[in-house]
Amino acid sequence: MARPITEEELHAFVDQTLDVRRKEEVSAYLNAHPEISKRVEAYRRQREILKTAYAPIANEPIPAQLNLARMIERKRRPALASSWLAAAAAVVLLCTGGIGGWSLRGVTQSPEGIAALAEEASATYVVYAPDHIRPVEIKASERDALVDWTTERLGRAVAIPDLSASGFRLMGGRVVATAHGPAAMFMYDNDHGTRLVMLARRMAVDQNMPMVPQSHGTLNGYAWADKGLGFSLVGPASPEQLHPLADEVRKQTSRNI
Amino acid sequence: MVHLIEPLIPALRRYARTLVRNRSAADDLVQDCLERAVSHWHQRRTDGDPRTWMFTILHNLAVSRFRGQKLRPVHVDIDDTSERDIARMPSQETTVEVQDMLRCVDQLPHEQRSVLLLVAIEDLSYAQTADVLGIPVGTVMSRLSRARDRLIELMNDAGSEKSPKPFLRRVI
Repeated sequence: MARPITEEELHAFVDQTLDVRRKEEVSAYLNAHPEISKRVEAYRRQREILKTAYAPIANEPIPAQLNLARMIERKRRPALASSWLAAAAAVVLLCTGGIGGWSLRGVTQSPEGIAALAEEASATYVVYAPDHIRPVEIKASERDALVDWTTERLGRAVAIPDLSASGFRLMGGRVVATAHGPAAMFMYDNDHGTRLVMLARRMAVDQNMPMVPQSHGTLNGYAWADKGLGFSLVGPASPEQLHPLADEVRKQTSRNI
Repeated sequence: MVHLIEPLIPALRRYARTLVRNRSAADDLVQDCLERAVSHWHQRRTDGDPRTWMFTILHNLAVSRFRGQKLRPVHVDIDDTSERDIARMPSQETTVEVQDMLRCVDQLPHEQRSVLLLVAIEDLSYAQTADVLGIPVGTVMSRLSRARDRLIELMNDAGSEKSPKPFLRRVI
């Protein structure tokens, strides 16, 4: 025997973490030492029984209280609720009419143009990104169908950006409703499970706008408009991380139109 | 985040059940663990292993909870827990040996038991187990070794005390 067998290696043998060669050496050693072999066999039996005994727990259906998507949504809801509350308050203020209400117009008016698009992108993210059953309607594997559908509903072709160089893979997308008509939503994720959403729709207001940052609770993003099409890229990442991605999206979408 | 954490939930429930025999208390523990993970997701080490991270949260919650209540899971009386709460085993596996083993594992000191269960049931590596419990790998190895040897002794005792009626439950 080249190296003496350590106590730790006997355990590693039981837990099957030795490499093939060392495993053979330990096997040979155990064949030559029946007392130790008996002990190691007892360890192995313990492991086997414990694994079998507890295995059924892992196969039980997950109780509703442990629904992760619901937990995430619950956590995000307060931020949304407060913004709706602010919107409701704005409506009340406007309805009171008169000069007082009118003078608050700039603060409380519901957004138009690029600001509206940014809100719609955040709302789309909040609804679809935590969805673990069907975050996208058409998967990336059916890219052509996704292009056809979004082109048909928007009345214009929207290129699907490729962000794989930054580690984000296309998951797929769908057409979503906004207050300003149908929008194309494309979703991406990376190896850390971070999801990004890109929303694009036709713009009646702000047909050409430079890129502006947006923020909504824990979500950040960038929105811009180019020749009548508005874009917004949002995700739970820092503006520094999102900015180069948004630049990349803008570069690819403007090139392909 | 969902697709990294969700597949871990069955194993987290299983480990929680080894810490707390009562099913609903164990699931409450897992729920707290998931909620903590959701709200601290951005603080985790992005190069770290999500499995180790989740088990660490779960373990620390269990430790602080039982410390707070001055009650350690090891002191849960076997007769207070219904057999239903113990893993429901396929009938052919519900042997005397399995029942004895579960009872003997309960008698292990808490710190030895955690090491044994993380390694043997959850298949965590020795290094991952050390991370979860916040102890050096050398300590993991010595606790694992003591747990396994103690379990052999306890099983031998259980076997020798066995009356001719093998289904008689030992009164502790």
